[in-house]
Amino acid sequence: MKLTHDQVTHVARLASLSLTPEEEAHFAEELSQILDYVENLNRLMLPPPGLHVGDGVSDPTPLHPDIPRPSVPVEEALSNAPDRSGQFFRVPRILEEGR
Amino acid sequence: MTPLFDGIASFAQGRDSRKFSIEEAVRSCLDRIENLDPELGAFLSLNPNAVNRARQLDNRMARNPAQSPFYGYPVAIKDNLHVAGMPTTCASRMLANYRPLENATVVDRLLKAGAVILGKTNMDEFAMGSSTENSAMGVTRNPWDTRRVPGGSSGGSAVAVASDMAPMALGSDTGGSIRQPAAFCGVLGLKPTYGRISRYGLVAFSSSLDQIGPFARRAQDALEMMLVLSGPDGRDMTVASRNPEEMRRDFASEVRGMVIGMPEEFFSDGLDDGVRVSLERAREVLAAEGAEFRPVRLPSAQYGINVYYLIATSEAASNLSRYDGVRYGYRSLKASNIRDLYTHTRQEGFGPEVKRRILLGTFALSAGYQDQYYRKAQQVQSLIREEFDRAFHEVDMLFAPTTPTPPFLFGEKSSDPLAMYLSDIYTISANLAGLPALSVPSWPTAEGLPVGAQLIGPAWSEGRLLKVASVLEEAVGVRRPPMTGERQGGEAA
Repeated sequence: MKLTHDQVTHVARLASLSLTPEEEAHFAEELSQILDYVENLNRLMLPPPGLHVGDGVSDPTPLHPDIPRPSVPVEEALSNAPDRSGQFFRVPRILEEGR
Repeated sequence: MTPLFDGIASFAQGRDSRKFSIEEAVRSCLDRIENLDPELGAFLSLNPNAVNRARQLDNRMARNPAQSPFYGYPVAIKDNLHVAGMPTTCASRMLANYRPLENATVVDRLLKAGAVILGKTNMDEFAMGSSTENSAMGVTRNPWDTRRVPGGSSGGSAVAVASDMAPMALGSDTGGSIRQPAAFCGVLGLKPTYGRISRYGLVAFSSSLDQIGPFARRAQDALEMMLVLSGPDGRDMTVASRNPEEMRRDFASEVRGMVIGMPEEFFSDGLDDGVRVSLERAREVLAAEGAEFRPVRLPSAQYGINVYYLIATSEAASNLSRYDGVRYGYRSLKASNIRDLYTHTRQEGFGPEVKRRILLGTFALSAGYQDQYYRKAQQVQSLIREEFDRAFHEVDMLFAPTTPTPPFLFGEKSSDPLAMYLSDIYTISANLAGLPALSVPSWPTAEGLPVGAQLIGPAWSEGRLLKVASVLEEAVGVRRPPMTGERQGGEAA
């Protein structure tokens, strides 16, 4: 599968990654090679549809007990914040002017 | 420079007979780190409280005898596991200044048993890689030949144990990240059954494949550590309610009469001759002990790499979406709006391999391609699991190489992602099938490079795998890299 430049740009946007033009060209090439390689899965006889991962696992994953616990104190939650204001994480303006 | 003790039994004996104090034991590791690590680069940070803690444990022991073999035992921790009070960087610019609020469950359990944490070890960024060359923090060298890589992604932990800077270490294994560096560095590394150990406090890469496990010199030590680490904690709900003591019982089983399968696909054309010769010798040792060897077929295992690089990257793309520069981690200073904050932060914070995998995983999950890639990978994963299940109806475990080659040179594969991915070809299928697998040192190649023999067992068979490993360990003997030996102290050659 040959990935086009536009496809890489599209995927990068979905992944919230900004790429330099050099990175875009480089990744288009590399990802195409990797996809060519992984595509030989198509040569395999696949099990009938309906067989899912986890079918071989005998015990279903148990549910977490629903017990209220105190949450992380605000000061601790903010201790790794790149930027803060009082009790809040500070980020650039979300709503654009005039909207 | 000779280590004060050699393994956990020798440590506990020296400690209880007051041959050395815990402080002396911990200092002996820190001295080796000071001497060797400038060249090897295994550690990213050291625990500033290690000596203090050792003293406290010594004082407590003056009143009450030690309750656990781990009481006072020094350990190293891969830098994707949380230790409160120390950084967790994942060897990424993204988390360069991140400080976790609490301990990972495995760290908590080691501390409760009395262990002393020496420091955090280098790795491929976010555990993505097979050589530790993807670390944003620096190079880690193989102590057997410093021109060669230590393997990865848990390269720092493997090197720390191989050079006796730490007698044991923790790593994580998503596609071979414990076993492959263990093989490259000549130590034992175990990836437990999926669901044996809680991943709470492990930075998530591919949650359906990630497992935490030990590096050790001896199978007995790995067993003891597994007993401390295993079992439910109520925080990672994938942990099964199995009694860890079953591993001790299985460790006492006999090798005589065991049936060991040799998967033909793992001994095919791509296997290095030095590795093949070494493995044949290991097979003979086990056969002489009374194990019966039988050929088995795992025809879909050869597709493991393909499946892995779709499933692991898809899960990684999802898991790593949390790094957005808002609540913790790196933040780009270039952004003036929120969208740019995300994209610039991720552009500047992630290295090339992490970006490559995020892009691949995002593509595999994107509209129009999901059935063709992700869904198909899951179907083939089911096939691989079924083939293992069938094999374990006939044999007790599988015997295979851990890696197709001995450790490679720096730069040899770093510009070719596919070549790098293929160095995990023999380890990946155990992750896809959720099975326990270990790498134990076999005889070195003619050039003196380490070789690992891999044992893969049915779910919950860690004790038996370790038993067979202990037989090989006795035959091969515990070997140490020349650069870390007594000659290092400046004696005339």
